[in-house]
Amino acid sequence: MRVAGQRAITAWSWISSLLLTGSVVTVVGFVLIKSLPVLHWRLIFGRTPPLEALWRWAPVTGGLWPAIGGTFFLVITAVGLALPFGLGAGIYLADCADGRLKRGLTLLFDVLAGVPSIVVGLFGFSLTIFLHRYLSARIYPSLLISALALAFLVLPYLIRGTQEALENLPNALRLIAPALGATRMQNIFRVLVPKALDGIAGGVLLSIGRCAEDTAVIMLTGAVASAGLPKSLLGSFEALPFYIYYISSQYRDPQELQQGYGAALILLLVCAVLLATSLILKNLLARRVRGW
Amino acid sequence: MRSERCMQSALAAAAWISAAAAVLIFLFMAVLGWPLLGNGDLMQVLCGPWSPMHHQYGIRPMILGTLCIASLALALAVPVSLGCAVFIQVTAPKGLGRALHHLVRLMTGIPTVVYGFVGIFLLVPLVRNLSGHGAGLSILSAGLMLSLLIAPTMILFFVQGLAAVPQSHRQAACALGATPVQQLIYVLLPQARRTLLAGVVLGLGRAMGDTLIALMLAGNSVATPQSILDPTRTLTAHIALIIAADFESPEFRTLFICALILYLMTTLAVAVMRRLAAKPVEIP
Repeated sequence: MRVAGQRAITAWSWISSLLLTGSVVTVVGFVLIKSLPVLHWRLIFGRTPPLEALWRWAPVTGGLWPAIGGTFFLVITAVGLALPFGLGAGIYLADCADGRLKRGLTLLFDVLAGVPSIVVGLFGFSLTIFLHRYLSARIYPSLLISALALAFLVLPYLIRGTQEALENLPNALRLIAPALGATRMQNIFRVLVPKALDGIAGGVLLSIGRCAEDTAVIMLTGAVASAGLPKSLLGSFEALPFYIYYISSQYRDPQELQQGYGAALILLLVCAVLLATSLILKNLLARRVRGW
Repeated sequence: MRSERCMQSALAAAAWISAAAAVLIFLFMAVLGWPLLGNGDLMQVLCGPWSPMHHQYGIRPMILGTLCIASLALALAVPVSLGCAVFIQVTAPKGLGRALHHLVRLMTGIPTVVYGFVGIFLLVPLVRNLSGHGAGLSILSAGLMLSLLIAPTMILFFVQGLAAVPQSHRQAACALGATPVQQLIYVLLPQARRTLLAGVVLGLGRAMGDTLIALMLAGNSVATPQSILDPTRTLTAHIALIIAADFESPEFRTLFICALILYLMTTLAVAVMRRLAAKPVEIP
């Protein structure tokens, strides 16, 4: 290959990298610069004094507090619903299933991971109507329905995270306890899971991030523009990503728009911190395994 | 020993229930869309125009919209992603490559709604002013932003594919006097071909499944687009836009056809990807 061609390829790789980096810096920088003027306690708590809102649950108007609280409860409920199934299925795939069964199950989990979130949202929406009609007329689009649909969405992330963490453990470790007479379950729960705990936690954090950022599911299953802090599982709720979407088309004055930028910055930071922590935890596990 | 068996059944149950979730979603959509699928109206729905005034509920404009935006995003993102992967694996000075790799990993965490938000207030005015045509809400705006969304997924996949080529093959080429770029062209790219293709398929699946960027940036018009500066509506945005109160209306039924198409497309993408990537690759 000629020198000119090689130079062209090198140049193309540099240009691509610069283009990508430039675009990301533009996106993040734009949000940062536009939200700088509103970076103040008032962005979150409005006119309510922060301590009042935190200690006495004083109602907050004109701040992001209800949306942040809504997202918080939504994520806790969704991950709480998905966690037992995700962890169980992950452990089952890593240490109990093999051959055909394992391939089949992974295929289904990959399919589930690929399902667009709006389809999951539509599923949640029709489930609500179904339940409303046949189970109880008190069921409407609500926090619980959103959390249930989100649980479907993050299930594959939890499963994959758990499975990978366990499968990355060295083979020798897998054999020690059985050689000493431990049963398979004793081996899994006393030796393997504790050793892979940071990797598993990494997967959980990743799915928390997915729950916090998803908009398509909750916009069909109960997120609204103003509801205050969620009062019950069966009520509608506010959420940070939905707020951002809502403001982008419905803002009434520049001030509201600036609050939208503020919300985007907060969501960006939350997701970045969650993802970074998850990567660090996975790295920790990988490094420890290499040390053995 | 009884608790032993109990535990194992509990784990198996968790796995089967999770697997059932994937099937359940499909069945739900299929059953609810069945009245349209069953009575032969399917072709009319797939190929007709959307105009509820005239009782026409065709989703052809949305299928076209999805294809236009997804293929534009892919066309923009593939060369850049491959370039970045080559940079990380081959041409970068050591520290820079690692830095870019970390940045790309973090990029996967940027919420799509933030991309959409920045798109509306930064990219759309830019497209509007530069083209001098329409409102700037167009296939081009959505495609550009979407390419940024799918790039990190593809880059991570490409990097894995290039890194999976055995070190010894690279060393052999090196011993014959090949420069790093020559190793890339004659050894890495041919050997990683299937994984690279799998990465592109994965990117296509992501591009078709995304809702917020198309919903916020593509304008959502139901007319068939004539150029990339025209607005359009994707299947995902179509689902997001209709909140019909009447569960039985044909308008609402078409949503399930949209959802079924999306489900089948992404499932197909997953199947093709799994076939192409010979060794199991970590899907980012």
